[in-house]
Amino acid sequence: MSVTTKPVNQKAWFLILPVFICVAFSAILPLMTVVNYSVQDIISPERRVFVGTEWFAAVMRDEDLHAALWNQLKFSGAVLLVEIPLGIALALSMPAAGWKASATLVIVALSLLIPWNVVGTIWQIFGRADIGLMGATLQRLGIEYSYTGDALHAWLTVLLMDIWHWTPLVALLAYAGLRSIPDAYYHAARIDGASKFAVFRYIQLPKMRGVLMIAVLLRFMDSFMIYTEPFVLTGGGPGNATTFLSQYLTQKAVGQFDLGPAAAFSLIYFLIILLFCFVLYNWMQRLGQTEKEGGHD
Amino acid sequence: MFEWMAWTTPVAIFFTCIVLMLAGMTVWELKSPTTMRKGFLPMATTRGDRLFIGLLGAAYINLAFVGMAGWITEWLSLEQEPSIWISFVVSMVWLVWTLRKG
Amino acid sequence: MTDRRFKKRTIFLIAYLIFALLPIYWMVNMSFKTNQEILSSFSLLPQAFTWDNYKTIFTDESWYSGYINSLIYVAINTTISLTVALPAAYAFSRYSFLGDKHVFFWLLTNRMTPPAVFLLPFFQLYTTVGLMDTHLAVALAHLLFNVPLAVWILEGFMSGIPREIDETAYIDGYSFPRFFITIFLPLIKAGVGVAAFFCFMFSWVELLLARTLTSVNAKPIVATMTRTVSASGMDWATLAAAGVLTIVPGAIVIWFVRHYIAKGFAMGRV
Repeated sequence: MSVTTKPVNQKAWFLILPVFICVAFSAILPLMTVVNYSVQDIISPERRVFVGTEWFAAVMRDEDLHAALWNQLKFSGAVLLVEIPLGIALALSMPAAGWKASATLVIVALSLLIPWNVVGTIWQIFGRADIGLMGATLQRLGIEYSYTGDALHAWLTVLLMDIWHWTPLVALLAYAGLRSIPDAYYHAARIDGASKFAVFRYIQLPKMRGVLMIAVLLRFMDSFMIYTEPFVLTGGGPGNATTFLSQYLTQKAVGQFDLGPAAAFSLIYFLIILLFCFVLYNWMQRLGQTEKEGGHD
Repeated sequence: MFEWMAWTTPVAIFFTCIVLMLAGMTVWELKSPTTMRKGFLPMATTRGDRLFIGLLGAAYINLAFVGMAGWITEWLSLEQEPSIWISFVVSMVWLVWTLRKG
Repeated sequence: MTDRRFKKRTIFLIAYLIFALLPIYWMVNMSFKTNQEILSSFSLLPQAFTWDNYKTIFTDESWYSGYINSLIYVAINTTISLTVALPAAYAFSRYSFLGDKHVFFWLLTNRMTPPAVFLLPFFQLYTTVGLMDTHLAVALAHLLFNVPLAVWILEGFMSGIPREIDETAYIDGYSFPRFFITIFLPLIKAGVGVAAFFCFMFSWVELLLARTLTSVNAKPIVATMTRTVSASGMDWATLAAAGVLTIVPGAIVIWFVRHYIAKGFAMGRV
């Protein structure tokens, strides 16, 4: 939200009310239910036993969960390290106007609109050594590639799939940032005889800072929630090489129907997300403010 | 109607407290509007922000305690795991401290 | 000098576009082959070109009803999301009120909560209110992440409209609803389009909630596909054809909003 002063009007709450009711119905009631589940051992809907913080203790000391969390952090880190620079590079090389720009935009954005399980399916087909283009090609180059048998290959394939799927988001955001730079800036730089790198470092990068923050935030959050694509591609295996947090949770909740531990885990997951959200959101707000203040000189 | 939510007394008390806190903050806010100020937290905050940070911190304190209770039992060779009330008191102290000095 | 740089950039761009299109090309390629050909030979183009896989999908009800179901709940969801998000976004962009920043943040956290967290209670909630296996259930569940997103995008676009316009209209005697519909909405047409596009997109691609809340009557295409994978396992050709067909609606929509899409991804903030 912008930081300019707006008139105070408490009646504006009436305009918020519909959203509030909608989201409360699908967020607050379920959240309360999760809290209730997390303190009980639910044997059947009629037979429930209050167990206090037992499930939280169990989840916090669960080795598999630590592994999943570590897997998740490594994966999210790798996603950011690759996708952000690649997205910026892509945005810089996209044409600015004309039919070429339209065509590039459409092709680049295409992967974002594919249902997530189809993304998994595409890569499942693409990577298979017997019938897939990538798998077969790697095989012919003499690499014993198999995303179902080799833990490292599976992990790399999921990463490559994520890069394919989501780098366009970063690229489009950066592209939008680049297009907002007035031509006058470039003219001034040319008169000064600035190098391409200097233009990037002192004009383009600062102007993209806002959108890049959004890109980092969205990519971090979404990769932290990744579920469907690895579920379809590898099912979390081999072993648990590609079992990320969401998958671990869904296995527990749906697969084993352990309502209590799954609920406790959900809450811990929620708290982690809440903390990251809060820190990043405030960081972004502050960045927005300093940018506005800096805009005056 | 609400049976599916599997209510338990402690959770009901917990949420009642949260609702009361929010209601209290609203009344307080209407009576004397808050101002942004800078305390020990790394940024300027309003009262509402401090309540949120306080509650979030309290949740983390309790979780950390529950997670480490096993180790604590071992180190101090206690008969049984330490009571959750210890961390609850600590977290409430944190909440009050954040609200007043944060 | 500039020429050579230009070429380097173009080469990089073309390389990326090939990387972006290759997996899709391979799926399209497979959708025109027979299962037998897929498993027996390896070719860049179908040797025995066939439309049979698409025929299967368009004639088998368990397949094509999946598409219809998906389109129904996506449409319901987009309509509800926009209807409730428009006034809220207006309130956030124009007024300050008690708790505004906190409500805005709370909305965003819902966007960032993994659906897996809400899986269990949603199942119970919709069973209790008797909405299980209906289109409405999925549409309502998807509000969880689409409403905050719509509010966020629309708020950005609305903040770009000077407040003087509102004030002039009120002085001219416009009531709020009349002003909003006849003057304000046309001004943020692009924003509404982009928000609708994003609601469509996120509801269309979501699998976990859609699969959990439906079984037969409202089963979406994404769920039909996963069940085919686990059941027969090897019907690659039909699977590929179904996959190609799920890309089509998105590709059409993207063509219509291509001029606004970059801006929309920036949530109207640039």
